[in-house]
Amino acid sequence: MSKCLNALAVLVALTGAVHATDRKLDIGRAATPAEIAGWDIDVRPDGQGLPSGKGSVKDGEQVYMMRCAACHGEFGESAGRWPQVAGGQGSLKSTDPVKTVGSYFAHLSTVIDYVRRAMPFGDAQSLANDEVYAVVAYMLFLNDIVDENFVLSKGTFAKVKMPNAGGFYDDDREDSEKAFWGTPCMTDCKANVRITGRARVIDVTPDDKARPRAD
Amino acid sequence: MDETPETRTTRRRLLTAAGAALATPAFAGNPKNLPPNVPDWTRQLGDGVAVRPYGQPSKHEAHVIRRDVQWLTASRESSVSFTPLHELDGIITPSGLCFERHHGGIAEIDPEDYRLIIHGLVEKPLIFTLADLKRFPRVNRIHFLECAANSGMEWRGAQLNGCQYTHGMVHCVEYTGVPLSVLLKEAGVKPNARWLLAEGADSAAMTRSIPLAKALDDCLVAYRMNGEMLRPEQGYPARLVVPGWEGNVWVKWLRRLKLGDEPWFAREETSKYTDLMESGKARQFTFVMDAKSVITSPSPQAPLHQKGFTVISGLAWSGRGKIRRVDVSLDGGRNWREATLDGLVLDKAVSRFYAETEWTGQEMLLQSRAIDETGYVQPTKDELRKIRGVSSIYHNNGIQTWLVKPDGEVENVEVS
Repeated sequence: MSKCLNALAVLVALTGAVHATDRKLDIGRAATPAEIAGWDIDVRPDGQGLPSGKGSVKDGEQVYMMRCAACHGEFGESAGRWPQVAGGQGSLKSTDPVKTVGSYFAHLSTVIDYVRRAMPFGDAQSLANDEVYAVVAYMLFLNDIVDENFVLSKGTFAKVKMPNAGGFYDDDREDSEKAFWGTPCMTDCKANVRITGRARVIDVTPDDKARPRAD
Repeated sequence: MDETPETRTTRRRLLTAAGAALATPAFAGNPKNLPPNVPDWTRQLGDGVAVRPYGQPSKHEAHVIRRDVQWLTASRESSVSFTPLHELDGIITPSGLCFERHHGGIAEIDPEDYRLIIHGLVEKPLIFTLADLKRFPRVNRIHFLECAANSGMEWRGAQLNGCQYTHGMVHCVEYTGVPLSVLLKEAGVKPNARWLLAEGADSAAMTRSIPLAKALDDCLVAYRMNGEMLRPEQGYPARLVVPGWEGNVWVKWLRRLKLGDEPWFAREETSKYTDLMESGKARQFTFVMDAKSVITSPSPQAPLHQKGFTVISGLAWSGRGKIRRVDVSLDGGRNWREATLDGLVLDKAVSRFYAETEWTGQEMLLQSRAIDETGYVQPTKDELRKIRGVSSIYHNNGIQTWLVKPDGEVENVEVS
């Protein structure tokens, strides 16, 4: 009898252990609204998360020249190797596609969200909301998406039409690349093999002895 | 003939003088250390215990390091360094050699000041300390992490000479962490939640949207790698682990998880990490890493030094599951034979393969081809280009070709 009870006790203990993750463990504490508000900076395409405030193209030009132009170029053309933010429209099918706010970004929210969280590079989250709106308005102007009198805010956000809004589709590899599932050839898979390209010809591999390349 | 260092070096000199191309290992050592002599390390005491409280590799392995390609990016804070795959074996990448990809440099987070917030479409928004995370039930999982841009420089042709540069944005370690499903259960996910936003605490505040189904399936919030705490470069003190999916969604320095009913279309899932096709339209949310493999030895940074018995070695992995088989070709893909998978073959982890051959100094065009448990066969680069063009940057899993020359040197080439 006592053996049976012991066995039962063991069974209960084991069952308890197995199901430990099926219940709440009461670890951590409730996050306060103030804690959440300080970090909750994301903005969605439907406008959810847009901050209050507004910014004009004119004000944006000032902010852009002081905080952005050194890397992105005075007209958004890029200085050096930093991302180009303007131009490139019509280039996506070419052999040298240029992806900018005007040519590639499908959603205005993406630009606002990114500038707000990560720009200027090296001084992230230093812009006031009005400055974020203004500098994004200016980049829209640089891309001929809005005119010089435009003021960006929660109220005007939905009126902006991004040129490449219809430029994306969800991952379709399991259909479009269905041919990659199958039984591979093992012998005499091709008549001859010819070398068609060599890395050595391009010669861009870093060398431990070489000095860093200036670009 | 007795093989003494003297005769070896002399023979090497003779061979070189005679113009023989094959490089034999140059003897750069000290003959006094070789038998019948007794070297100093046998005669004298070495360092005692705790002289090296956190052990480092031998000083003779100083060349085994991550390397970057400076012309690739505008700054080192938003850049990448590559794993020296040609120097490694087995399936586990040493923590300090795991490739780095940062978008705003390495965040140096005091573990006392670390916080993770879960909010949005949940019953109860929660905030956790690192100590809280460590109290939860935990699991250990070995997974590969591959940057979606791995091999991205090779779309338009063979460019970089070395698998460190062509394939070095992949690593594989053991993670310890809390299943994300356990943390989400603690907060109580509302029925209309479909997506999860993961956000980093670095100066890029990196964000990605992840379908809730994946988050509940096999994702972890990990705080350890290979037993030790995460390295700062890998997201110390906590990162997301998203098995089989592109590295960019494995958000490092994880500070916030937000539940929502739609994706966020953050910069890293729209302007970056989308795959531009020849049509001018781009694929988005291409999360899964297709099956891929590469021969790590011989390779351009690991040339052949000896004729005779040779082990060809490499890595294979798939974001869809386990590796079922790896084939190796010595003639540029005309004929194939099955390689041996050695050691653990795990779900969404790298597998190590070997193929033995007798190298007589003939030219070889080495290739490897991975096949995963779903039956996906790693395609050639040209097969990929036919569908995707050459501008998609990401997800280049095409078959790699190494040209082994009669002198044992190896070059990155492409073949018809």
